Amino acid sequence: MTGAPTAIYLDHQATTPVDPRVLDAMLPWFSETFGNAHSEQHVWGRQAADAVDMAREHVARLIGAEAREIVFTSGATESNNLAIKGATRFALRHGRGRHIVTLASEHKCVLEACSAMEDEGAEVTVLSVDVDGLADVQAISEAIRDDTVLVTVMAVNNEIGVVQPLTEVGALCWERGVLFHTDAAQATGKIALDVDAMKIDLLSISGHKVYAPKGIGALYVRRRPRARLLAEISGGGQERGMRSGTLPVPLVVALGEAADVAAEGLALEGEKLAALRARMLTRLQDSLDGVFVNGSMEHRVPGNLNVGFNGVNAETLMADLPELAISTGSACTSASVEPSYVLKALGISDADAGASVRIGFGRFTTENEVDVAAEMIVRAVQEQRAGGSARAAE
Amino acid sequence: MDIYLDHNATTPVLPQVAAAMADALARTANPSSVHRFGRLVRRSVDEAREAVAALAGVSAANVVFTSGGSEANNLAIRGFAERAFVSAVEHASVLDAVPDVYIIPVDGNGVVYLPAVREILAGLDGTVVVSVMLANNETGVIQPVAQIAEIAHAAGALFHCDAIQAVGKRPLNLCELGADLMSVSAHKLGGPQGIGALVVRDGLDPEPLIRGGGQERRRRAGTENVPGIVGFGVAAQHAQRAVIDYSVMLAGLRDDMERRLLAAAPDATIHGAGVERLANTSCIGLPGVSGEIQVMTLDLAGVAVSAGSACSSGKVTPSHVLSAMGLDDDAARSAVRVSLGAETKAEHIDRFVEVWSDMAQRRDTGADIRRSVA
Repeated sequence: MTGAPTAIYLDHQATTPVDPRVLDAMLPWFSETFGNAHSEQHVWGRQAADAVDMAREHVARLIGAEAREIVFTSGATESNNLAIKGATRFALRHGRGRHIVTLASEHKCVLEACSAMEDEGAEVTVLSVDVDGLADVQAISEAIRDDTVLVTVMAVNNEIGVVQPLTEVGALCWERGVLFHTDAAQATGKIALDVDAMKIDLLSISGHKVYAPKGIGALYVRRRPRARLLAEISGGGQERGMRSGTLPVPLVVALGEAADVAAEGLALEGEKLAALRARMLTRLQDSLDGVFVNGSMEHRVPGNLNVGFNGVNAETLMADLPELAISTGSACTSASVEPSYVLKALGISDADAGASVRIGFGRFTTENEVDVAAEMIVRAVQEQRAGGSARAAE
Repeated sequence: MDIYLDHNATTPVLPQVAAAMADALARTANPSSVHRFGRLVRRSVDEAREAVAALAGVSAANVVFTSGGSEANNLAIRGFAERAFVSAVEHASVLDAVPDVYIIPVDGNGVVYLPAVREILAGLDGTVVVSVMLANNETGVIQPVAQIAEIAHAAGALFHCDAIQAVGKRPLNLCELGADLMSVSAHKLGGPQGIGALVVRDGLDPEPLIRGGGQERRRRAGTENVPGIVGFGVAAQHAQRAVIDYSVMLAGLRDDMERRLLAAAPDATIHGAGVERLANTSCIGLPGVSGEIQVMTLDLAGVAVSAGSACSSGKVTPSHVLSAMGLDDDAARSAVRVSLGAETKAEHIDRFVEVWSDMAQRRDTGADIRRSVA
């Protein structure tokens, strides 16, 4: 963040800063020990390969998996594409089903990967969520058919932070013999995940949502019983044939370190973030009328607040607060002027959706930043309601 | 002294690239975010895109960032067609991009045989991609890309050029190559691993492999790898300035090295030596000693080279590139690739020549080849 000391970053669901410990771990791998991890015949390559192995262990441990079940990718979007398209294509090719079940509130890349499969002969059932943003496990059960390949339900929603009932969905999928994929981009390192206890077959991880850099992610692929995928990127046969391409060693090392750091501080960090969020909400509610929260507060990741202000235009609010990084909706779709499809999926009116912002707290957010940000938001809401926004008249 | 002579596998990140990336890693924002933080990061992505575009002789809009060369090659082919015609010496990510692939043969130097291209492409119907690399990763041999492109276009095909090993080592221009599509990768030219690009000519849009957000003009979804892109941009700027000096310097070192190797073992072969090659690459066959033993011996002596390409180097099959050039299995198994880089010095070459020559001598006297050279 350049310049202004007043700049406050509260958009941690869009991306997180790189943790200094992560940065320290990755930097030597750019120029000091820079080998290609697949050049195992010489010492430069072996050092890189050893570092990749250790990172793979750390990522696996964070979700209760084995190292050899981790496939490194360029990010969660690629992981979601590989999981959904890879599993469906394998099933289509071998006549093992053609149906996918998902939720209306999933990330755009999950929904687009599903609809791409429709073009290749699959059928997709998109289930609605309740007013809290939660999936109805009974509805998923009813949607599963004989030819269902895969149920894909995200762990934590990117806009409203709602945590889906993973254990129940996993048990259901296990019992019915269908694959369970979860987009855990917003959940990994934020809430406890265990692929065995939750009976997850495929799980997508993002680096830059967990204090590692952009450009790295992972897909957990269960080995027993084996989840079978067709690769999206083929070639050298790296990552056990599921994802070809030279592994970016510094980025892989960074994700491993980030997983390790997250695992260590998971519970404590959750408490801290929940306290920051409560502090923000209290300050907003104490100073303003017509404040409402979107999505369940009970089943929610601690770093997320999605809050609306009656009668306020959220886009104008953001424009009035150039020193505060918050967002309306997810970053990938934030350039769009449409109201959030996630909020609409909860049954929230266009007016309320258009009055809502996402505030994302992170590992390095301070109480002081929350206080200053709350004050800035309160003032901007009051001014806009009084017709005083510089931009409201435009 | 550890000596790295495997630059075709990967290169160290240039100091100015590392500095730019460290800066980018310290800035927190998603370039798709509309707030000021996001817009600042967006600008650094735009600048890097300009630099990569300039290196390829195109406009910024023609550059689609990917996770690397393999993804770019897959996107170039699978993003446009279900059928491909590719040369026998292509990288695995081109050979395996689609199941429906026809192989174009090469001659003894590894150069695509033009009459074969004409014959194979005659009477084509439907959309196909013809893909031939600019420079081979194992031998450095340069292909007559512009001529192949002309034949491909006359047959109504799209032409893709995998320029991953050539970029930064010789001047590059999409139009001059006559290519519709071109793959490049950052970590072969002093940029970081994990970032590459597919260069597409105006009016062509691939069917995306990775779907989701609207990034890269809907041609490749996923939050941009900002530090990687920034690093790629700086490496591209450097390459554009340094490319000529680099090739002159390395060609001198490489040619001198090859002369000394052949003097030490007159039965050794420099594969592809009869034709134009990259200035930094040498693929050396030493009859009677497998490439793996050679690489191992050199590794023990502190010199890193490779037997074949890195991604397949774990396998024990003979090089498909050398086999396609007509070498028998034994000959195809007894080669090593030496690839020089910007930081390679004459004394590095001296040491390599010393160890390699000793190895050749041990072969002749029946001594244990793997005994490392003091």
